[in-house]
Amino acid sequence: MRGGPRLLFIHAFLAAWAIVMVFPFVWMLSTSVKPATEIIQFPPPLLPHVPTFANYVRAFQAAPFGRFLVNSLIVTFVSTMVVLVTSSMAGYVFGKYRFPGRTVIFLILLATAILPLETYMVPLYLTMRDWRWINTYQGLLAPYLMMSFGVFIMRQYFQSTFPDDLMDAARIDGASEWRIFTHVAVPTALSAMAAVGIFAAIQAWTAFIWPLIIASTQNMYTTEVGLAVFQKRYTADYGAITAGAIVSILPVTAIFLFFRRYITQGIAFTGFR
Amino acid sequence: MGVTSAGGELRYDAALSAWICRRLRISRVTLATYVFCYTGLAPILLVYWILRLQPIGRTFYLSFYDWHLIRPLKPFVGLGNYQDLLQDQNFLGALRNTTVFAVFVVTISVVLGLALAVMLSGKLRLTGVYQAIYFVPVIMPMVPMAIAWKWIFDARYGILNYFLSWFGVQPIGWLTSPDMAMAAIIIMSVWKVLGYNMVLLLVGLQSIPTIYYEAASIDGAAGWAKFRRITLPLLEPIILFVIIVSTINAYNVFTQVYVMTQGSQAAPGGLLRVLVFDIYQNGFQFFKMGFASAEAVVLTIIVIVLTLIQFRVMRPSVE
Repeated sequence: MRGGPRLLFIHAFLAAWAIVMVFPFVWMLSTSVKPATEIIQFPPPLLPHVPTFANYVRAFQAAPFGRFLVNSLIVTFVSTMVVLVTSSMAGYVFGKYRFPGRTVIFLILLATAILPLETYMVPLYLTMRDWRWINTYQGLLAPYLMMSFGVFIMRQYFQSTFPDDLMDAARIDGASEWRIFTHVAVPTALSAMAAVGIFAAIQAWTAFIWPLIIASTQNMYTTEVGLAVFQKRYTADYGAITAGAIVSILPVTAIFLFFRRYITQGIAFTGFR
Repeated sequence: MGVTSAGGELRYDAALSAWICRRLRISRVTLATYVFCYTGLAPILLVYWILRLQPIGRTFYLSFYDWHLIRPLKPFVGLGNYQDLLQDQNFLGALRNTTVFAVFVVTISVVLGLALAVMLSGKLRLTGVYQAIYFVPVIMPMVPMAIAWKWIFDARYGILNYFLSWFGVQPIGWLTSPDMAMAAIIIMSVWKVLGYNMVLLLVGLQSIPTIYYEAASIDGAAGWAKFRRITLPLLEPIILFVIIVSTINAYNVFTQVYVMTQGSQAAPGGLLRVLVFDIYQNGFQFFKMGFASAEAVVLTIIVIVLTLIQFRVMRPSVE
């Protein structure tokens, strides 16, 4: 008897809250297909009366949006690949071998994981400047070549799930340690690597302050930086800015739709921010 | 590589490894394993040393110098930058703003996150759908989301003011006064991080064995009593973890402030000055790298203190 109304209340609350959470997306999508006259109409119409894609066209004409997207894709792809290589190698070594310094090295790698880039970006920028990496892809990539969290996930996987027997069997067959890693260990670790890869990709795609500092000319802007700069420059054209914003969240939306399970599991696992 | 030289190297390697094995009193196989381990770790350690550990150390080093990017002379000033910080109204204002922001965002998002997690932890239909919806903002890039909210908060055409007008509220200049800008950024940020807190707390709730609740039911406890006597105490470590992580993240707030309050009409310093913005401006717009490093050290210390609190409080419950 108590359960009925209580359950109804919970559902009502959760549903109302879901609407609040989704609303900014809906509103952004709706604004992006509104003609200019409807954008500044008050009271604002929830949905456009005359939907138009003109805002998207203008976004790509007013700003080199295509270039921003390509830059972001390059940085995200390379960062993800490098993080996967460094994390899986280190995670495998930490998880499966005993060697002098193992614990110390692992702790050092993890110890600074809590320190955000913002705390050490000034000297890192100076290093980039010495190397003449300002305004280059290498420069954009530099802080995103390793991920302590990735090492941690891979180590947990290899330690708890990957059996020693497989390694011993391969050794008896005469395989070298490297060959065991690339041909036996990695193929079993694909789902753990997917989780690490997704986080690396999201981290690189959503990076903001670092590309803002490193990219000094427009042709090196990532999507995030390009959006932020252009929304300042064209404050009046909210339709085009919103259209650009929609385009920039499409890749992350796709990742979320396909890999949601990995993402929530990964967060539950380590509390990655 | 020629055959002879390869053969020569091989002999040389063999002699060398035999010598190392004798010295370290380990077998040839063990040596090969160690070599594999260190080679496997070499790339990440190299990246880590150059691009993370060294910069962290150099932040402290730079903070003791009057290090200006353009000026050739970069004199050692000891604690001079830190003394200047104590006098700097921009920095003090930023520290205050960031702290206010952190307190509000963390309190609201943890309480709401906990409420949502408790509701979702029951055997409810559509739980997965709700979870997914609440979680979406977490992984979204900040810039487009800040753009979306900036339009919602628009004083003249914004839909929020329109909603509020139903309740007779006069149009609010959300992003034109510092106090309202703070409120707007807090609302936006709670929306963004809520799902993260919810997921972690939900995992914590689900790990509480049902036997505790069954025992409590036998003892006649219900609803609120169960929550206070069982859920909260058992969930304490995770709540603390969520609070600490959220606070660290909140102290790093930058992007939404940059996008939402740094409009062309606002003052050059911006409506709402936060810590990372001050570091960014001093370091990369005024090129006062030494001063900016001192600010970064303050941020580093805040993060470290928060982390130590977490370790200190969590240790007993982990054992």
